[in-house]
Amino acid sequence: MLIYGLQIPKRADVMSPETKEEFRDALRRGGAVAIAAAPFAVLFGAVAVDNGLSIAEATLMSATLYAGASQLVGVELFNHHVAPWLVVLSIFAVNFRHVLYSAAIAPHIRHLTFWEKATSLFLLTDPQFAETERRADRGIRVSYLWLMVLGLSVYVPWLFLTILGAFLGNLIGDPKAIGIDVLLPVYFMGLVLGFRSRANWLPVVLASGAGSILALHFVGSPWHVSLGALAGIIVAALLPLDNAEAPAGDVVEGEA
Amino acid sequence: MENLFHTQTLLIIAAGAIATYLTRVGGYVFITRMKRIPPRAEAALNAVPAAVLTTLVAPAAITGGWDVSLTMAIAFLVGLRLSLLPMLAVCWIVVMVIRHLIV
Repeated sequence: MLIYGLQIPKRADVMSPETKEEFRDALRRGGAVAIAAAPFAVLFGAVAVDNGLSIAEATLMSATLYAGASQLVGVELFNHHVAPWLVVLSIFAVNFRHVLYSAAIAPHIRHLTFWEKATSLFLLTDPQFAETERRADRGIRVSYLWLMVLGLSVYVPWLFLTILGAFLGNLIGDPKAIGIDVLLPVYFMGLVLGFRSRANWLPVVLASGAGSILALHFVGSPWHVSLGALAGIIVAALLPLDNAEAPAGDVVEGEA
Repeated sequence: MENLFHTQTLLIIAAGAIATYLTRVGGYVFITRMKRIPPRAEAALNAVPAAVLTTLVAPAAITGGWDVSLTMAIAFLVGLRLSLLPMLAVCWIVVMVIRHLIV
């Protein structure tokens, strides 16, 4: 079939080879994320019930927030009779990094429709963001199917493991004894290393690392995440621009 | 119903969910309203993955005790060679050996 001189492939079978590749790639990556995050979903369910939430409330929180660290911070505060607005503010502070994520992936998801963006951005987590950037780095167009399969293959296990954790309650015991407390930092370390071929990677990592450790000491959690990230981002903005990577149309240095 | 959900808890969860969703769409809405992204802003956005993810790693590696610090150092070396899942497996074995066989 020819439309405006373009060859449009016939839709004989529903799954084209590219679609199959996308599906498989997203499922494989999502599975790895789900395994790394699994202990934290169970842990969240257990901690939530331990702090007075019902199983239904814990499940609802996983379903609607879908952001592990902020969920744990939130239920910790429930138990301390903190003012409700402060609980919400803490959740917002822990999740503030997503603002940077959605800004950074904007060029990769611009071609999606409004609802495709609205739904896929709901699933935007640390690994979802990192995998999206990596796929775009490899020069592959990020499709809605790929985003949703990746996101849902993490979301669905996250939900079910929250329920499981809520039922198991305190059976889990000390997370340190079974070594699950290191899984998430190790996983994030792997993600950081995955970006090591990018411009100014080392100075950015050093600035963010030092910045977050100093901010944790002098300001406290969860602000160390935003402040540390800010240190790295400022360093990246101030370092000499890599001309090879800058698009040709962006020579507007003297404009302002 | 009274036992399934509590009104105040429900309101906190709803507000927390809305706040979280706003962070997920906020950056996109903000950046796409800019007519032109200056090269330095683009360089800054390009640094977001390493900058943010590092802040989730570094404090844990420093404040978690020597067993966690050692595991993270090994994670760094292993991560240069292996992909994510094998890296997780190796580091989990390392921390379990440290905690149950050495200490």
